[in-house]
Formats: sequence, structure tokens, C-alpha cells
Amino acid sequence: MVSIAPALPKTRGGAFLLEDRRPDEIFTPEDFTEEHHAVAKATDEFWTEEIAPNLDAIQHQEPGVAARILRKSAELGLTAVVVPERYGGMEMDLVSAMIVAEGVARDGSYAAWHGAHSGIGTLPLLLFGTEEQKQKYLTKLCSGEMIGAYCLTEAHAGSDALAARCRADLSEDGASYVLNGQKMWITNAGAADLFTVFAKIGGEQFSAFLVERSWPGVTIGAEEKKMGIKGSSTCAVYFDNVRVPAENLLGEIGRGHIIAFNILNYGRLKLGPFAAGGAKQVLAESLKYARERVAFGHPIADFGLIRHKLAEMAIRLFAAESMIYRVAGLIEAHLGGAGWNQPDAAQRELKAVEEFAAECSYVKIFASEMLDYVADEGVQIHGGYGYHQDYLVERAYRDSRINRIFEGTNEINRMLATGLLLKRAQRGQLPLVEAVKRLQSEILSGSSINGSADDAALVSNAKKAALLVLGAAYQRFLTDLAEQQEILAGITDISMNAFAAESVLLRARKANSELALKMASVFVREVMELIETTARTLLAACSEGDNLRLNLAVLRRFTRFEPVNAIELRRQIAIRLLATGRYAVA
Amino acid sequence: MKIVVAVKQVPARDSQLRLAADGRWIDDSELSFEINEPDAYALEEALQLKEKKGGEVIVLCAGPARAATSIREALAKGADRAIHIEEDKLESVDTLGVARLLAKAIEAEKPDLVLTGLQSDDLGYGQTGVVLGELLGLPHATIVMQVELDEAEVRVKRELEGGWFQYVTMPLPAVLTIQSGINKLRYATLMGIKKAKSKPVQNLSIAQLGGLPVPVAERTRVYLPERSKQTELIPGEPREAAAKLVEKLRFEARVI
Repeated sequence: MVSIAPALPKTRGGAFLLEDRRPDEIFTPEDFTEEHHAVAKATDEFWTEEIAPNLDAIQHQEPGVAARILRKSAELGLTAVVVPERYGGMEMDLVSAMIVAEGVARDGSYAAWHGAHSGIGTLPLLLFGTEEQKQKYLTKLCSGEMIGAYCLTEAHAGSDALAARCRADLSEDGASYVLNGQKMWITNAGAADLFTVFAKIGGEQFSAFLVERSWPGVTIGAEEKKMGIKGSSTCAVYFDNVRVPAENLLGEIGRGHIIAFNILNYGRLKLGPFAAGGAKQVLAESLKYARERVAFGHPIADFGLIRHKLAEMAIRLFAAESMIYRVAGLIEAHLGGAGWNQPDAAQRELKAVEEFAAECSYVKIFASEMLDYVADEGVQIHGGYGYHQDYLVERAYRDSRINRIFEGTNEINRMLATGLLLKRAQRGQLPLVEAVKRLQSEILSGSSINGSADDAALVSNAKKAALLVLGAAYQRFLTDLAEQQEILAGITDISMNAFAAESVLLRARKANSELALKMASVFVREVMELIETTARTLLAACSEGDNLRLNLAVLRRFTRFEPVNAIELRRQIAIRLLATGRYAVA
Repeated sequence: MKIVVAVKQVPARDSQLRLAADGRWIDDSELSFEINEPDAYALEEALQLKEKKGGEVIVLCAGPARAATSIREALAKGADRAIHIEEDKLESVDTLGVARLLAKAIEAEKPDLVLTGLQSDDLGYGQTGVVLGELLGLPHATIVMQVELDEAEVRVKRELEGGWFQYVTMPLPAVLTIQSGINKLRYATLMGIKKAKSKPVQNLSIAQLGGLPVPVAERTRVYLPERSKQTELIPGEPREAAAKLVEKLRFEARVI
């Protein structure tokens, strides 16, 4: 595998707020190698030949169908993309794993099968397992001989996973743990052979265990009746005096939260390509329908409001995609091409992903909300037919909703992302305070406030708006800021959108295609309006009197821009998409 | 057993085609490309023969630089090495010219068997394989459904019209043009994709093969099928009219 890392600068998490980047300094799909394209094509073939013809069978949970497809995909290497070759993996880069995720995620139900197995089902073992555990189990997960699942959530412990009641007690002879308790919403439970189970040793030390389905005392509940992703398997899992050999403890005693939180970082990033894959499918269906459906004597694709929807769907998809691959590139660059041969490889992987945990949360939030938007407008374009189960968009609409809930709700992620940046700043890992002070003195001297004519200046101002609000919020609440949920979430919205705008603009400049530049032009301005509204609300909560007036005056200057004719641009974007019939940026 | 498989890179099947400005070919600037379908079956047949008999599968492709993607794909599926006759101006070369280039490259390899698809999805002439056999001075069979290899000869099943088949035995080396659907295509595995990177690809220039052949046939115009509609009312009693309609549908329109 030729690493993409050497071409990219190694940066710190959150540093995007403080530094400007050039197009060649971020990774985008335009940088895909020949091998990346080959992986995309192989995945696409698997989707077309194996998954697409079985979508109804998967949806109706016909016994064994999804699991059989998953096993077959394992034979091709699609479920163990990043795993080292010595365990039967492909030892490819993170970008390849994202490409595969996008390719198989066009159906929400199958995405859950794939994700639960290859992500949360495999990664804990890869990153925290002992050599013996990996030889015993990881090889089987890679080959598809075993299907994996991840048991963290309980009935009374969802977002607050550490409140788990599941417990494990060391047997008197010390040879095994006795596991008791129950887990909820376990994806793949219906077919999984191996569960990564979190439980508290002695009711106190939160730890993880590798538990085989076949062991006495493991019981799988009935399939849950869900709103969407009905073809995925979701059950409760019960543990009744299950004897777990002591060597099946995963990671260190009392350090289960390290596993849980790190795996969530991965999951959040991976949710990005899952959402992008689903959105591409909905957009393609909507383009097709809009061209075929005739109303008032015209294909509805001729109408401005339909074109608006199609263009806006594509723009947000473009934004999500730009963020996803940029973050994958950030992580790869941080790894610096280090492979799995070093003894501390797993630690490096974890550190690299953790470094960009805030950016992973941005991807999770933005991509899940993008998919909701795309699915919703997809239904709208289909009119009454979009409300009928015979049409793909109806299913996509229901399937989409879970993405804002799992892998940490978007609310948790919104608090987490800004909370992380603040923590970084406090620890001196991110010179946020200095940047805010610099901005404040610039404001007082009047030098930083330029009217923004071009897209790049807008992006730069978007980041300054984020710093302005961060500064005001910190001054008002100090250490209590961590408790101000609405403020934290608002700051995340501003920072995330600034990150999105920058990612979009840099990518459009790299792609240098008319379509991408038009999308960027519209998107950057949309984002500025959103940032202005959010920032105004936050500033009013963080300052008052003359201070507030000054802050608002500064904000107005940051967010002032000459509008483009977005109506015309969206029309042109839609016409271009309709001409090719698919989402393509070139 | 040394098998050469000649493959062509063609526009993907779901492409929306537009005519080029000069009206002589399609505008391929925004298309995506793939291995010509019958060629993909030829490759699969070669890989299966290799699995049974051992030996080597060499992919041969004449095409512009972008054809390298299809070559890598063939290597990812299991071909051992490849020869790329890299040339941008092949559109101006006719079938005979392309076959001459391929034949030159094949002669140097002295293979036991040459496989290719029975026709290309883009031009669909169905001639390259046949001309290739002639130029190489080798026996050939077209529209091959089944291949059985022996030491010095090959027995093939050919598809004829009207559900008839022909069995032919011929000495090796031979050229076979393969029908689509005769085997089950394998997927490129991710491991295959990784390994393909280190498999040798020999790049041959037109100059090395004696220069760009001068075409004897020229394509002067490409156009979209012209739509025409005819309506015919069949008079008479319903029973008779229906019988007449069935007759017309069966023997004139040939749709039932």
C-alpha cells in the first residue's frame, strides 16, 4: 500500500480553526490512487451483483441472507480492509476502508450488518487484543467464519454508557469471570458468533470481554421492531452466569471506557461514508424519477423547485464527502505512513484517531443530518410515490433516522466536540486562547476586519466567528462552560460548518471543475448565514450591554458578504446532474 | 499452458452516450470505462483453464493510457502479467490494423491459446478475433460456449443459430472468440488488487510494433437510430383480426 501520508502536512486536532490550508494540503477523493479506484470498483460490483438483488430478502430478514452476503464479502476482503495481513486482513489504508463502507452502505440495513461486523465488532480486538486473542478470533472475523457484534448499551445506560449494570465476577480459582446482565439494541445479535461485552468487574471496574455465542448462559432476545433499518438484526442479549475464561478479558481491567470511547471515534468517522453511500443512492433515484415523472406536460426535472432540491442534495453530499475524506487524510498524515509492523502500532492508530475526535464528531453530525435532508427531499421529489413502500426513498427516509441516534447522539457529539477543543486548549495542546486573544486585539485595532469578497475570505471569517464566540463564551462562563449544553452545541455548529465550508472550498479548487466551484460558492454562503444566526444567539447569551453590541458589530463584519445568484447556480448544478444522471463532481 | 487474452476497454454499459462533434464516433470525454463484457468472460475462461492445467495468463490490451485501469483489474482477478499497446489514436485504426498490432505482440509470446471476446460492446464488429487467427496463421473458432483442453488439441462448443450447437476439435495453438455468459465471472478481491500492483505490465509503443497501421476501412458517420412509427388497422371480424394480428406479431414483428 502506497501511503497517502507523506504528501500531507501533519496537523493537530482542532488546528483547522487556527490555520489556513491550501487545496493540496488536504486529502480529497480527487487524490484517490489507482488502487483506491480499483477498491471502489470491486465494492461496486459486489453491491450490484450480491447486495442489490437481495435487498428485499434482507429487508424482510429472510433467514441467513444478510449473514451469507456478509460472509461472502469477507472472502473478498471487504470486511477486514485495515486489518494486518497476518490476521487475514488486507492491510490497506483508512481511505480504502471508507471507500468500501460507502460502497456497501447504499442500503441502511446492510450498512448496519457491515458496520457492526467490520467496525465495532472487529476493531476492539484489533486494537486491544492480545496476540493469542487475535490469532484465535480476529482471523475468524476476517475470514467471515465468525460474525462480530458489540455489546455496550443497556436499557438504563445509553449515552451514559459507564452507568452499565452488567457485571463480571472473578471465579474463586481465578480461571474465569462469571458474567451477568443484559444488553440492548445489539446490532448483528441475531447472527453474531462473537460479542465484545462491556461489564463491571465486581460491579465497579468497567472492562471488556470476548464472549462466544455458543457458551452456556448466552441468550439472544427476539428481533426488535424498529422504525427503519428493518433488515438489520437488533436484539437484546442476555448473560446468565456465563463463564468467560480469564484470557478473554479484552484490554486492561477497569479500562473498558478507553476501548468504548476509542471505538466510538472510529464509528463516528465510519458513519460518514455510510451516510454518503445512502445519500448517493437516494440522489440517483431522485434524479431518475425527476426526469421520468411528467407533470403539467413537463418532466418535473424542468421545474425550479425540483432543481433546487436536487442541487441542494448534491451540495450537502459534496460537503459531507469532502469532510469525510479530509478527516481520513488527517488521520493518515498523523500516522505518517507507519504500518502494523511496529510493536506500538495499535497505540499509534488509537492516538491518531483520538487526535481528530472532534473532527470525527463533525463528520458524524454533518453526515447524518445531510442524509436526513437528502432522504426527506428524495421523498418530496417522489410526491405520493415517495410515501409508498414500493419506492426506495420511502425506506431510505426511515432508515436514515437512526444515524442521528447511534454512535453517540448528535446532541452528545455536539457537546463532545467543543468540549474536546476546550480541554485541548486547557492542556496547552491547542493554542486556542492565544488565537482568541490575537483576534480580540485585531478587532480592537480594526485590522482583521476585511469586507469579504471571495470564498476563501469567507471561510477565514467563518473561523474567526467561531473564535469570537468561543472567546465570549469562555469569558462569560469560564470553567462552567462545560455545563452549558446549548452554548457548546452552538459553538460546534459554527466550528463544524466552518470546517465543512473550508473542506468544500479547498476540494472544489483542487477539482477545479465548474460544478464543484459552483457548489462551493453556494455552500460557503449558506454556511455564513447559518453561522451568523447561531453566533448571534450565542453572543446574546454570553455578553450584554456595550460588550454585546461590540461583539455583534464584529460578527456582522465577519459574516457580511456579497450574495451570489444562488437560485441560478442551483439551477445550473441541477441541470448538470440531470445530464449525467448521477452524482459526479467532475 | 500459456494463454493470451486480448481485452478491450469500452464505455461502461450504463453510459449515456453522446455523439462526438465530428459525427464519426461518440464523445468519450465524460464516460467511465470497463472491460468489454465478452472479453471479461474470455479472461475468466482463461483463469479457469489455468487453474485446471497450470501455466500463465497474459492480458493483452491495445488502448490509450486510461486502459491501464482495465489491465490492473484483469491482473487483480488473477492474470499473471500484461502487455499494454499504448496508443491514443486507435480510433482511426480499423479492425485489421488493431488485429495486426495485437498479432505482433502475440507472436513474440508464442502462446498455446489466444482467447478474446466474440465482439466488442462499443463497435460490435465481431471481427478482431477472426482476423487475428488469420494473421497468426492459427485455426480459430467463434462464439465459443465451452472449452475442453487436451495436450495438443482443444474441443470447443460453438453456438449456432436457432438453438443449434457445433462441436469442433482443432490443434493448438488456436484462437477462440468467447461468448458472454459461458462461465461465472469472479470478483476482484482486495488482496488481488494489492497484488496486481506488483505484477509486470509491459508497455509497447506503436513504433515498436511497426507504426500506426494505415486503415483500409473508414468509419464515416455514427448516428442514433432513427425512430419510426407505423400504425396499421386490421379490419374484419374480431376473431379473424386477432388471428391476423398474432400472425403479424409472430412473423413480421417477431415479438411473440
